[in-house]
Amino acid sequence: MTALAIVQTLNGFQLGVTLFLMAAGLTLVFGIMDMINLAHGSFYMIGAYLTATFVGVFDSFLLAVLFALPLAALVGLLVEMVALRTLYQRDHLDQVLATFGLILFFNELVKIIWGPVPIFMGVPEFLSGRIMFGPDLEYPAYRLAIIVVGFLVAIGLWLMISRTRLGMLIRAGASNREMVTALGVNIKLLYSLVFALGAGLAALAGAMAGPIYSVQVGMGEQILILTFVVIVIGGIGSIRGAMVGAILVGLVDTFGRVLLPGAMFALTGSTAAQGVGSAIASMSIYILMAAVLFFRPRGLFPVKV
Amino acid sequence: MMKFASLTTVAAAALLAAGSGAAVADQSGEVRIGMITTLSGPGSGLGIDARDGFQLGIEHLGGTLGGLEPVIFEGDDQQEPSVAVELAGRMVERDEVDIVTGVIWSNLALAVMPTLARSETFFVSVNAGPSELAGAQCNPFFFNVAWQNDNNHEAMGQHVRDEGYERVYIMAPNYPAGRDALAGFKRFYGDDVVDEVYTPLGQLDYAAELSQLQSEDPDAVYIFYPGGMGINFIRQYEQAGLKETTPLFGPAFSFSQDLLPAVGEAAMGVRNTSQWSPDLDNEVNARFVEGFEERYDRLPSLYASQGYDAALLIDSALNITGGDVSDKDAFREALRQADFDSVRGDFEFNNNHYPIQDYYLREVVMDDEGRITNRLVSTIFEDHADAYHQDCAM
Repeated sequence: MTALAIVQTLNGFQLGVTLFLMAAGLTLVFGIMDMINLAHGSFYMIGAYLTATFVGVFDSFLLAVLFALPLAALVGLLVEMVALRTLYQRDHLDQVLATFGLILFFNELVKIIWGPVPIFMGVPEFLSGRIMFGPDLEYPAYRLAIIVVGFLVAIGLWLMISRTRLGMLIRAGASNREMVTALGVNIKLLYSLVFALGAGLAALAGAMAGPIYSVQVGMGEQILILTFVVIVIGGIGSIRGAMVGAILVGLVDTFGRVLLPGAMFALTGSTAAQGVGSAIASMSIYILMAAVLFFRPRGLFPVKV
Repeated sequence: MMKFASLTTVAAAALLAAGSGAAVADQSGEVRIGMITTLSGPGSGLGIDARDGFQLGIEHLGGTLGGLEPVIFEGDDQQEPSVAVELAGRMVERDEVDIVTGVIWSNLALAVMPTLARSETFFVSVNAGPSELAGAQCNPFFFNVAWQNDNNHEAMGQHVRDEGYERVYIMAPNYPAGRDALAGFKRFYGDDVVDEVYTPLGQLDYAAELSQLQSEDPDAVYIFYPGGMGINFIRQYEQAGLKETTPLFGPAFSFSQDLLPAVGEAAMGVRNTSQWSPDLDNEVNARFVEGFEERYDRLPSLYASQGYDAALLIDSALNITGGDVSDKDAFREALRQADFDSVRGDFEFNNNHYPIQDYYLREVVMDDEGRITNRLVSTIFEDHADAYHQDCAM
């Protein structure tokens, strides 16, 4: 029983760090540029497709990721310069519409390049086994690797934002854009860099998700919804909030799915109630979001302005 | 503003003119067909296969249907019922189609049915086979050229029972077709399953459910996960180490050619049930499989085979009526006869316009060229009908 609980906790963390990689970029762009970017999920999809393609070329997962991430970040940079730059001054509804258009554009583009049939991407050989923690406790090595990478990236991002000059400029640009510009910082370039960084993080999430999930057109939309829940819970613009929110959503989702149907069955003894339990479980993260917003309308870790 | 108004007036006039022109053209050796299917989004693989199979059918018939020139109006339903209804309305009103085909998803089929029935437009479903249209609410304008939703699951229920597995764990997405699937499985397997788990539609990660399943240690697992959900589940099943310990079974939808390339070796050796297989030994099927690969550079899925059969069925009915679709009763009678050689061999319609046909056990294997595909193992049901047809008054 405890072994199962530990495995489920790991499952929750694994989903959580994947969401964090998505949420980090989204929350930076949202918090700093005040820009809602629905096309963030497209970078996740592009990251997965590029990695799968490069795996075919190099026959090495690590090498493939090394090539795919800069390329995806470059796509992000192009999108920022061509399309999004003109949207910063517009209101949120315009941004939502325009970036929704970008989703359709990227889905079609991917379909033209890679075709409509989902493509295969295997787990890298050296991570294909399972790690034994104890007699009844084993866990897929690849999922464990995702957890490790997610936490390393989180620490790296936190160090970058709190300890480096770039991080200082990002924080300054978020709170007072005019002042930073007046001090001679190229805010346009800063925005572009932040956007490319966000795209790269989403692509990393996609690259790591590829061997577990299906690499297919529209794969970014499903995870995007969860990502928005995460940044709303965590507080818009906060990296720490994104981390806590992501882990919270991962754990609530995992345990909700596992425990609620069984609990409903135990309460009523009917299999129909089991179905109701699973329906409630799929709502659990939205219930969590509603509860957080009720008590802390600006999220768990609102950015101080 | 003025300019905009006048532009729309002109456009409307043009549309009206086009519409009336079409009505006249209807008499001149054409058959007008509306193809409503899913061409974008995560479900597009299925729709594209069905459409491509239908197109290939027409090509193999020499570019005609019953000697008439087919005029095809294609519409992408985006897997949205509202879009499908809008397309159906437009095709009936403006394009004046004689027959609507396509439609992959049961909820969409149910949504377009009132429009098509009201306008007395024949609807040949290439996939969606909801139980609602099979029993008491069966419709004289609805034909299904694939199966009734429950059928493939029923066949697997029978097989898993025959194999003597006693502790079976069954899973499906929490939506109507998922519930139909598990009900169909239990109709022939029996009610005593270890656990019956419903997951949210479109779920990506099954790690939590798989850990739970592992702790129950069942003898076998039955799943219904079509499209991307199937890819995710099957691969995660293997990654969790379950494939070596616990056999996995499913209907063809979870192991069809549209997902196998993406699932990879994780699907190898898995048994699944279908009314069709690429290696079914008959002349039409050989021509279809070969032609599909040549034309589209990929192996056909069962959705493609169903699209292909839809073209053959419409062709056969038009041949019987001499190309006349206007006499609805005569055309319905012609469709009912199903006077064509199906890629799946024996095929006939039941009183409710759903197929009576054989259901096969298939196994996922690697072919000579190293591609993962399905191979026929045995026949589970012969001339199998659905469980609802006696409630249909037709």
